[in-house]
Amino acid sequence: MDLVTEINMFESIASAASERWNDLNSGSKPWIRIGTALCGEAAGSKNLLPKIRSILDDLKIDANVSEVGCLGLCFAEPLMDIQLPGENRVFYRNVSENDLEQILTSHIKDSKVNSDLAFLYSGDEDIEDVPRLESHPMKAKEQRISLRNAGDIDPYDIDQYIANGGYHALNKALFEMDSEAVLNEVKDSGLRGRGGAAFSTGIKWSFLASNNAPDKYILCNCEEGDPGAFNDKGILESDPHTVVEGVILAGYATNANYGYIFIRHGHDGPIERTKNAIKQAYEKGLLGDNILGSDFSFDMEVALTGDSYVAGEETALMEAIEGKRSMPRYRPPFPAQVGVFGKPTNINNVKSLSYVPEIIRNGGQWFSEIGYEQSKGTAILCLSGALQFTGMIEVPMGLNLKDILYEVAGGVSGDRNLKLVQTGGPLGGVLNADNIDLVLDYETFRNAGAILGSGGIIAADDRTCIVDLTRSLIAFCQYESCGKCFPCRMGMSHLLEVIERICDLEGTDEDLDLMRNIGENMQAGSLCGHGQLGFNPVASAIKYFPEEFNQHIIGHTCLTKVCNNQRFSPTRTRR
Amino acid sequence: MDVLTTAIVEAVRNQEQPTKTVLSSLLAIQDAMGYIPKQSMEVVASEVPNTTVNDVWAVASFYPNFKFEPRSQCTVEICWGPTCHIAGAMEIFGEALNVLELETEGKTSDGSVELDFNTCLGACAQAPVISVNHHLIGRVTKNTLKDIIEKSK
Ligand SMILES: Cc1cc2nc3c(=O)[nH]c(=O)nc-3n(C[C@H](O)[C@H](O)[C@H](O)COP(=O)(O)O)c2cc1C
Ligand code: FES
Repeated sequence: MDLVTEINMFESIASAASERWNDLNSGSKPWIRIGTALCGEAAGSKNLLPKIRSILDDLKIDANVSEVGCLGLCFAEPLMDIQLPGENRVFYRNVSENDLEQILTSHIKDSKVNSDLAFLYSGDEDIEDVPRLESHPMKAKEQRISLRNAGDIDPYDIDQYIANGGYHALNKALFEMDSEAVLNEVKDSGLRGRGGAAFSTGIKWSFLASNNAPDKYILCNCEEGDPGAFNDKGILESDPHTVVEGVILAGYATNANYGYIFIRHGHDGPIERTKNAIKQAYEKGLLGDNILGSDFSFDMEVALTGDSYVAGEETALMEAIEGKRSMPRYRPPFPAQVGVFGKPTNINNVKSLSYVPEIIRNGGQWFSEIGYEQSKGTAILCLSGALQFTGMIEVPMGLNLKDILYEVAGGVSGDRNLKLVQTGGPLGGVLNADNIDLVLDYETFRNAGAILGSGGIIAADDRTCIVDLTRSLIAFCQYESCGKCFPCRMGMSHLLEVIERICDLEGTDEDLDLMRNIGENMQAGSLCGHGQLGFNPVASAIKYFPEEFNQHIIGHTCLTKVCNNQRFSPTRTRR
Repeated sequence: MDVLTTAIVEAVRNQEQPTKTVLSSLLAIQDAMGYIPKQSMEVVASEVPNTTVNDVWAVASFYPNFKFEPRSQCTVEICWGPTCHIAGAMEIFGEALNVLELETEGKTSDGSVELDFNTCLGACAQAPVISVNHHLIGRVTKNTLKDIIEKSK
């Protein structure tokens, strides 16, 4: 095959996909989309599906009904939208079984948008008394790169991804760029890892690229054990192909030949959608031998782990893929020398890889112009807790956390005051309400004693007790210590004992120093970040809420009264 | 081979993905049977190359999602992650213990319901979240919890 027919191979795939997409949007049938990501499921959207179908049958309406991922407005789930051929998309929020008949009848049968029922719309025609999607506070500041298709396309349908520019980057890389050029674009983009450590993705790839071993691996990390973070799962549920394409491009750039997407067992939505995406990519010749007729071959599968937070740590993850206990390894050797199955390996987070297709399509320069000083691109944040609007957003780095909480998330729900924000997962830190004037930037957050990390932002109002919340975080860290390094295993248990004592209002004057001492030993004596960072929640809580600790320890009172309540946590020490 | 062992062997051999390990085999067994019967250790040790029964136990005992007894008809998981904690997970858990007449996580006396903690069910925006028979339910309150459990029994 010569080069021209090879390119035509993708072109014919792409034009068939576009045709299908156009038909969905402006063919003869209405298109109904409903979010069934984890957030939608938890709001009951899956129960609505059979009901929608039966009402459509009753009304004798022939419509396309698609399950989509997460549009980001999780607070409004179940979120359903209807698009009549060639017309606006109209969104309906918190849809219940009882609303369905009225919505479907008025919108489809009578072709009327009832502004009492409709929540938002997107499209060209203005609709009276219904706000535009883009005007919603959660949407107004967004710039979507990774989430560009989330909530819009059916994650089970590869054609919808392709019709929206998907796999164009892969086609471009394979036929117009050598692997070094792809690597250079990622370096130029300034992309830094979104899994926690914020290491330059391009530089990490160059370690693997410079290793000439014949078998090399790309691992995509969707362990996502951080409670409060659901964006990795959200991306895989909403648009799994952007991650699949990102992994293939990482393989091309580094000359690797095998990829694993690693997901925690039990999260069926992300797992099924990713498995299906890989299968479809094989069917279209976008994975396997001689991708699109090029001389590049790459294989991929999904690997699952059991419940283990530490399995998200890069070397523990390799152990889990090999089927062992997810306990971290000594470094060196580093993964780019000796990784999974003893072969050179590169590991990236889901979010990091999800950007890559757009970086290759638009150039590294384009990406580097978005964002802030040393933090390029966007932040994909999960807003949860005591906020008016909870959900998943993608905004440029450099926005202010305070604006995100008060504008994007609409401030604290109810008539309450913001008390604290917990960021970056259980190993991250807390900030009090006076210290949230921070720009989204890795360095700024670190200097404040918090971590931007994987993007979980949990807000709590004045009913939350900081000591009790810290106890809960330490209980998590204790439960999840893998047990390999005893300073972490014993340290966490000891920390928990002390902080439980403080919650019982039986703490002593020495307890804060005792905890600091334990924390120092954990940091010095642990192999991985779990032990090294495990004191963070306590350190930041003491830093920002010294009086409240004193009230508990010296005053023997918990003003929120939370500490008087019963508390429960699983008891287990791994060893 | 008895029926149970045959089913375990099938679960291990029917794995679709190319990489088959001790962990993936145990997960496959748990998916197929709902739990890890004792015989699994020998089966996995003989199906996965260079593996001893000890190796299999080491993995099985490490991950708390592995259960070694048949599951109850109805399984309830309650998220105790920080978002759910702030949203009242402790109260929900306490109420679940009340309704199920339990002291802590585990099976009810008649074995019909099994209660577990979950560190994060991934739907934090809908906190507090529980899962009933692997189905997520958000914005649970003390009052709705009882109904949910009664209906699912
Ligand atoms: C205890 C622990 C848990 C971790 N969990 C995750 C995780 O769930 N997902 C993730 O992407 N990275 C996690 N990491 C970070 C990884 O070790 C690694 O840095 C990351 O996957 C690299 O990807 P990136 O360069 O794209 O950020 C964890 C680290 C530690 C120490
Ligand atoms: S913290 Fe409860 S679902 Fe995430």
